[in-house]
Amino acid sequence: MSDISQTPSQIATAGKAPSKHAGSLLAQSPHTKKRNAAERRFRAYGMAAIGVGLLMLLILVTTIVGRGTGAFQQTYVTLNVELVEKKLDKSGTRDLAAIKKVTTFGYAPLIRDAVAAKVAELGIETDLKPKALAGILSKDAAATLRAFVLENPDQIGETVEFRFLTSSRVDGYMKGRVSRDSIANDKNISPEQLDIVDAMVGAGTLETVFNLDFITGADASDARPEAAGMGVSMLGSLFMMLVVLALALPIGVAASIYLEEFAPKNWLTDIIEVNISNLAAVPSIVFGILGLAVFINYMHLPMSAPLVGGLVLTLMTLPTIIISTRAALKAVPPSIRDAALGVGASRMQAVFHHVLPLAAPGILTGTIIGLAQALGETAPLLLIGMVGFIASNAPETLADGLLSPNSAMPAQIYEWAKRADPAFYERAWGGIIILLIFLVTMNTIAVILRRRFERRW
Amino acid sequence: MPSFWLVIVLIALALAGFVLGRKRALATAGGDMKQLHSLPAYYGHHVAFSALVPALAVLAIWSLVQPSLIENRVSDMVPASFVEEGHTIDLILTDVRRLADGLDAAVAQGALSEAQAADLDAGTTDIRALLGDLGVALGADVQPEILAAAQSYRGLSDTASTAKAAVVILLALLGFGFAYQRTHKDFRARNVVERGVMALLIVAASLAILTTVGIVFSMLFESLNFFGLHSWRDFFFGGTWAPNFRGDSDLSILPLLWGTLYISLIALLVAVPIGLFAAIYLSEYASAPVRSFAKPLLEILAGIPTIVYGLFALLTVGPMLVTIFGKGDDGVLGVEWMSGATSVLTAGLVMGIMLIPFVSSLSDDIINAVPQAMRDGSLGLGATRSETVRQVVLPAALPGIVGAVLLAASRAIGETMIVVMGAGAIAKFSANPLESMTTITTRIVSQLTGDTDFASPETLVAFALGLTLFVLTLGLNVLALYIVRTYREQYD
Repeated sequence: MSDISQTPSQIATAGKAPSKHAGSLLAQSPHTKKRNAAERRFRAYGMAAIGVGLLMLLILVTTIVGRGTGAFQQTYVTLNVELVEKKLDKSGTRDLAAIKKVTTFGYAPLIRDAVAAKVAELGIETDLKPKALAGILSKDAAATLRAFVLENPDQIGETVEFRFLTSSRVDGYMKGRVSRDSIANDKNISPEQLDIVDAMVGAGTLETVFNLDFITGADASDARPEAAGMGVSMLGSLFMMLVVLALALPIGVAASIYLEEFAPKNWLTDIIEVNISNLAAVPSIVFGILGLAVFINYMHLPMSAPLVGGLVLTLMTLPTIIISTRAALKAVPPSIRDAALGVGASRMQAVFHHVLPLAAPGILTGTIIGLAQALGETAPLLLIGMVGFIASNAPETLADGLLSPNSAMPAQIYEWAKRADPAFYERAWGGIIILLIFLVTMNTIAVILRRRFERRW
Repeated sequence: MPSFWLVIVLIALALAGFVLGRKRALATAGGDMKQLHSLPAYYGHHVAFSALVPALAVLAIWSLVQPSLIENRVSDMVPASFVEEGHTIDLILTDVRRLADGLDAAVAQGALSEAQAADLDAGTTDIRALLGDLGVALGADVQPEILAAAQSYRGLSDTASTAKAAVVILLALLGFGFAYQRTHKDFRARNVVERGVMALLIVAASLAILTTVGIVFSMLFESLNFFGLHSWRDFFFGGTWAPNFRGDSDLSILPLLWGTLYISLIALLVAVPIGLFAAIYLSEYASAPVRSFAKPLLEILAGIPTIVYGLFALLTVGPMLVTIFGKGDDGVLGVEWMSGATSVLTAGLVMGIMLIPFVSSLSDDIINAVPQAMRDGSLGLGATRSETVRQVVLPAALPGIVGAVLLAASRAIGETMIVVMGAGAIAKFSANPLESMTTITTRIVSQLTGDTDFASPETLVAFALGLTLFVLTLGLNVLALYIVRTYREQYD
């Protein structure tokens, strides 16, 4: 009855009996250890995957910010230029037509003299000729000067203080992009010129300040990266977005209302639905080919016009807007419709007077997200010619903005990335910062709208 | 911009129609709204829509059809001898159009009177110099036949535009008058208006079909043109891609397809394991705060425009790979396997990063759709969580995950900016991921940008490539849907 009655042999077997599951509960068997290790490994893989994803995001963001913020700073040099009457207006009549005849070449000597005078004034000793000294300045300086004179012909003969852009190499030197070692084989700048730059920085003549022109200005030619800006291409994007908004929103909402509220279940509706989901997955470049073939080759709309870009992006955005609008309509409970019908409204009235206003926040959110997607899209714009030229003039009227050639933000960034000059690369990263600011703002507005107005029934 | 003014006139007519229609309906009811069949605004809408919609539709269709009709008429005037060997008449028509535009500009700027423009003689006037002064550059001196064609083009356009305006306004007035005349207190305005609105809704929904048809036909016609000029055997089965704008090019899709698939494969090798494990961790292990923090952050990667990834590939990842594999003794590995920043690996890695959130959020949805009871059952039998995931959750979610991977593959194949900037331009068959290779999308871009001649096979090949790409991605999408639908486990 008691344990004492057991024979020693019985005790021995009792001790051996659980041999299959030997060991105590406190010490893990090798099998359990293996399983737990596998569990920990598996979990670590998952964490590593998340970590890699987030790390990539971090690297991307730090790269963009680290390499792009330079574009928002620009180096300028302050000079006193004597607007010599003998050179700018020989007749002395201040006749604009005569002054216009002097090209930028005619202004270059004035700038050369001004730099030489400045160097002498600061007491910098140098062997460089005035022409080399003027190499510190951007090629844009003469154009700036000419534009000023044409606007203020009465100031000819006086000495005026100007703030000129420096050349992209000097700008790079100030920002640390260009070093004395890296320019060994660069014929655009010499160490002696950098000596002058250092001396000018010491005297406060040359300084790096916030670059508003990058945000508001136009693109510039290959030789003048320091003068290039995003402003005009931003307008191009704005006009495209206007077209997208004006077309995609009404058409998308109308299509969704039909499909969600009225469409009978038949083969035609099925075809439309399959079509919409397929269109959402068509590569964007295919829409570019469509735009080129239909809008440009067939309808002869102007190449590079924001109107064409807007039409192409409309077709691309429509599926996104339709899908989110249908979701928003679906979220409105049937009781709303029933109540409207119950008090005598027609089906059309129920939808337009009651369901649609209740779905509006959801529709708006979807539209903003669709617009943000369209704003960042580049590939179709390449095919309709919004890349490859210099968008230099800001459009003045609505028709001009829609029909005259322009670029768009992502197309402008691509254009800069193609020009093999680190100064343009900096602009490209800076352009990306601007583009991302727009996208983040739009998405934030969408999220706020959703939080603020979303209703749960 | 006459069409613009036409639209303004139509809108004005519609507004007037709304006011007058409403007024007339109320007048017939003696000012008593209760006597009307519909609410007064419906009578207004009825007149406004009747004036606006048919006229706008005719305006749109007319504007679409007019250019091709006029071109047909004008192309009959151009002697056949003008059409060069291997070219179509399109090139000449472009000249004609440009000349006609130039004459328009000359008239608008006052350099020519309307009569002078119509009577110009190519023999006596140097039209090229004349238009050159006005900022209209012509490619060559103007031949009399082209000038005659351009003048007739202008004449026809003028007549057609006048006729368009007349027809559209007449139609609007007719609609207005008819609807206004029908307006009466017993007229069922609401029913009519609602039928009209329904028709508009259906038209909007059909636009999706129209877009697809447009895509297919625009590419199909140009592809047929291409196959008329270039052998289809070479396109599908040839081995080299060597476009040569003097003609006689080798245009085979196979090397491009190889580059596309190779880059997509690398992208998927990066994106699928990371995306899948991230999805598993987020749905099976992560606590609520971690999930609500990590998931949106990962999804930011999907919202970043592809141009950003392209720049990242070109300026960051490419040079980094070069310092690892390509700098010789200065590099990290001391090897010299890579010559430039653009390579299959560059584009593949960056595209992989882009696809991570795509794979992870699709897989996350699918894993979350596996019923909790199955997990509970597995855990109750003593399986660890990872065993549950591997042996219960993943098999149940497999069709969905395969679908997600196929969708990601279709995205990778159609992706343009990353490969344009990161993959390079050399078409070849090579298994070395450090070499630069080219893809279908990059070739579409390069064949269709810059100066293009839509009569040469070197340009038209882009449409055949586009069609192939469209079919390929569509096929992958349909296959993904099919797999998901057919092999999905039904739990309810």
